[in-house]
Amino acid sequence: MTAPLVDIRNLHVALPDGADRPYAVEDLSMTLNAGEIVCVVGESGSGKSLTARAMMGLLPEPRVRASAGQIIFGGRDLLQLPKHERRLLCGEQLSMIFQEPMTALNPLMTVGRQIEEVLIVHTSLSAAERMERVLALLAEVHLPDPPRIAASYPHQLSGGQRQRAMIAMALIMDPKVLVADEPTTALDVTTQAQILKLIRELQHLHGTGVMFITHDFGVVAEVADRILVMQHGKVVETGTADQILNRPEAPYTRALIRAIPSLTPRSRTPIEGVPILKVEDLDKTYRQSGLLAKGREVHAAKDVSFTLKRGETIGIVGESGSGKSTVARMIVRLLQPDGGRIDLHGIDLAPLSKRQLKPHRRRVQMVFQDPYASLNPRRKIGEIICEGPVANGVPKSKAMARARELLGLVGLKPEVAERFPHEFSGGQRQRIGLARALAMDPEVLVADEPVSALDVSVQAQVLELLAEIRDRLGLSVVFITHDLRVAAQVCDTIVVMSKGEVVEHGTLAEVFADPKHAYTRELLASIPGKDWQIPELAEAGAV
Amino acid sequence: MSGRIAFILRRFLQAIPILLAIIIINFLLLKLAPGDAADVLAGEAGSATPEYMAELRAKFGLDKPVPVQLAQYVGRVLMLDFGYSFRHDMPVAQLVIDRLGPTLILMVTTILLAVGFGILLGLLAATGLNTWRDNVISILALVSYATPLFWVGLMLIVVFSINLGWFPTSGMETIAAFHTGWARVLDIAHHLVLPAITLSLFYLALYTRLMRASMLEQAGMDYVITARAKGLSERRITFRHVLRNALLPVVTMAGVQVSSLIGGSVIVETVFGWPGLGQLAFESLFARDLNLLMGIFFLSAVLVLIVNLIVDILYTLLDPRIELK
Repeated sequence: MTAPLVDIRNLHVALPDGADRPYAVEDLSMTLNAGEIVCVVGESGSGKSLTARAMMGLLPEPRVRASAGQIIFGGRDLLQLPKHERRLLCGEQLSMIFQEPMTALNPLMTVGRQIEEVLIVHTSLSAAERMERVLALLAEVHLPDPPRIAASYPHQLSGGQRQRAMIAMALIMDPKVLVADEPTTALDVTTQAQILKLIRELQHLHGTGVMFITHDFGVVAEVADRILVMQHGKVVETGTADQILNRPEAPYTRALIRAIPSLTPRSRTPIEGVPILKVEDLDKTYRQSGLLAKGREVHAAKDVSFTLKRGETIGIVGESGSGKSTVARMIVRLLQPDGGRIDLHGIDLAPLSKRQLKPHRRRVQMVFQDPYASLNPRRKIGEIICEGPVANGVPKSKAMARARELLGLVGLKPEVAERFPHEFSGGQRQRIGLARALAMDPEVLVADEPVSALDVSVQAQVLELLAEIRDRLGLSVVFITHDLRVAAQVCDTIVVMSKGEVVEHGTLAEVFADPKHAYTRELLASIPGKDWQIPELAEAGAV
Repeated sequence: MSGRIAFILRRFLQAIPILLAIIIINFLLLKLAPGDAADVLAGEAGSATPEYMAELRAKFGLDKPVPVQLAQYVGRVLMLDFGYSFRHDMPVAQLVIDRLGPTLILMVTTILLAVGFGILLGLLAATGLNTWRDNVISILALVSYATPLFWVGLMLIVVFSINLGWFPTSGMETIAAFHTGWARVLDIAHHLVLPAITLSLFYLALYTRLMRASMLEQAGMDYVITARAKGLSERRITFRHVLRNALLPVVTMAGVQVSSLIGGSVIVETVFGWPGLGQLAFESLFARDLNLLMGIFFLSAVLVLIVNLIVDILYTLLDPRIELK
């Protein structure tokens, strides 16, 4: 066997003094061969991204630096190379693509120009030759109408197009190594499937060695040849894709894989409750109007109808821009619908004024997506939870007692009521968000992507908690998600939305087993790792 | 292109009600101030009988109720008649237009100086972060930011005009020399140095600080990491990527501040005897020459609206994400 393309030996990445641990990456060794995809998997804080940055020489030095170890590439240790030689390797031999293609591209420069820059630095081609190469590569990453794309600014492209342009930029010098840092995390699931396919296709064609950083085992199952699992900066397990995915040894890997929501719909007894919330023909149009200019119209929701029974969980699934969040916000009446009915126990909430709505506000509560942005950082947890009830006339002391009780219910200690949001992790904050919603004694809970910002193991815990509380309190839940795996685990009924319209509506089992609409089929086919049967792992006592 | 013309046209239409509101507010505010032209004239004459005062007021139309005066004034302005300045014995329009030139010279020079050097100094400070260069620039910026305008003006006169004799103390040109052509341009430029420096110093400091902060903020953005991953040199990253992004807030700020620049020029024009609108406003305020004052205010408002329009158009050229709507 030939020498590996990249050989990382005992890499240490040191964090500045006063960080929560001395090393972000500790004693990491791995190899990357030509033509293979090695996935580095881990949850947030595992050090996977810094490993990628160290490889590219992009660590935020001098605060964070590779303090020991070697990265051997082409017979030389990258960590010992002089700065300018290291720089010239970047973009030519080693390339990188990033998670968020919107911020990773300069907003003021055309896409073509940004790709061309790589050629300006690394080649002596003429302007015409450079343009030719750029257009050829844009075609190779399957972008339609390359001249138009090249002349576009990043904001004029869709997320998938931007990521394709990023890939073109990374591959234009035909590098030997591609480092991909969560390249599909910010994308919709159907776009993600296309980008993964593209990366595999180009990697195969050019024999590139790919280091693929991700947190998503579904994605891993799609692309990986070999896998490296990281936790707290250390490698916990490494092996071939088959070994790690199907016969994981390390307790941490086993725990991670066990936390992945299965695609097999969980069997629940059918809900026979009375309808509690009837949504009929809900409409919302966003207009951009000008004095003389013609306004643009976007139908965020069009004729959306569904019925929620008592104790039922209905999932609204769709990609970004499908209107699912708009619907959620209209049900909670954070948005005023343009038309339609929101019938809660015979009262139509849609046309009510703010004042008329007030006595009903309590009954429909929302849990938000971003656990960091949705809690006021200047207020104590107890105050945040009490605010709703107090505004509705509950005495402060009574509300506070209830808040402590609720904190216990969501698995936190009652004492945390005296602390501020920044002291909590994402998962804990989402529990606080749930307690806040429950403080109003709602009948319907609207959860807008409540777990999509969380790591997979935390996600599993929060979903479990949500299901438990729903059953205990007899809540009905409207669950907004883009993740069909999550939907498969929590929902009874599913509403599939696309471009503001409901394209399919049925019980979870029906929709998953026999999707009627083409879009639903595409959505299901795009789930990363759908062919990977998650192994039944016994819960190891040592975890 | 047609979109841009439609945009400009629309902005002109929108400007009409704004200007009308400004005229009315200015008129009413000035009416609230005690004293009128008759008081000043009578005061200067040394003595005046009440009959003479009444006669003066009737002559200037000051004896009618305020709403009538307002209606008459607005009516005249709509016909582009800004009235007559009794103090200068000239039509307001002509007087104001005469003084516009010097003010524009001073303003444009000041803006170019402040923005140009502010960007340069901010760039130098940010690229040499925490070095002596950055420290010197930051301290100088802080000092000029904190020093009052009129004091800077007076000190510059003391040092450079009186002690060193390098620059004239006041005025816009050496009238007695009857320069023409390039000699006149040079003469005006010579007179311009001190007032322009005085007026620009404060804004220069502001833009330096803003540019430095903006450069540092942009240097931490993701696209800079992308640029590094492409193998670009730091120099290229700074000039091709960071600089242009960092300019945007500076341009926004400069656009907003042109209006306050007109206010600042009142002090500087008075200190340096610069025959511009600011000085005229100052004089007419003390002479209670309200017609003239309102004419100046009106012109200032027009100037601000035009500058805002120019900044908005400039912004679309700098930032492709902004569309003219």
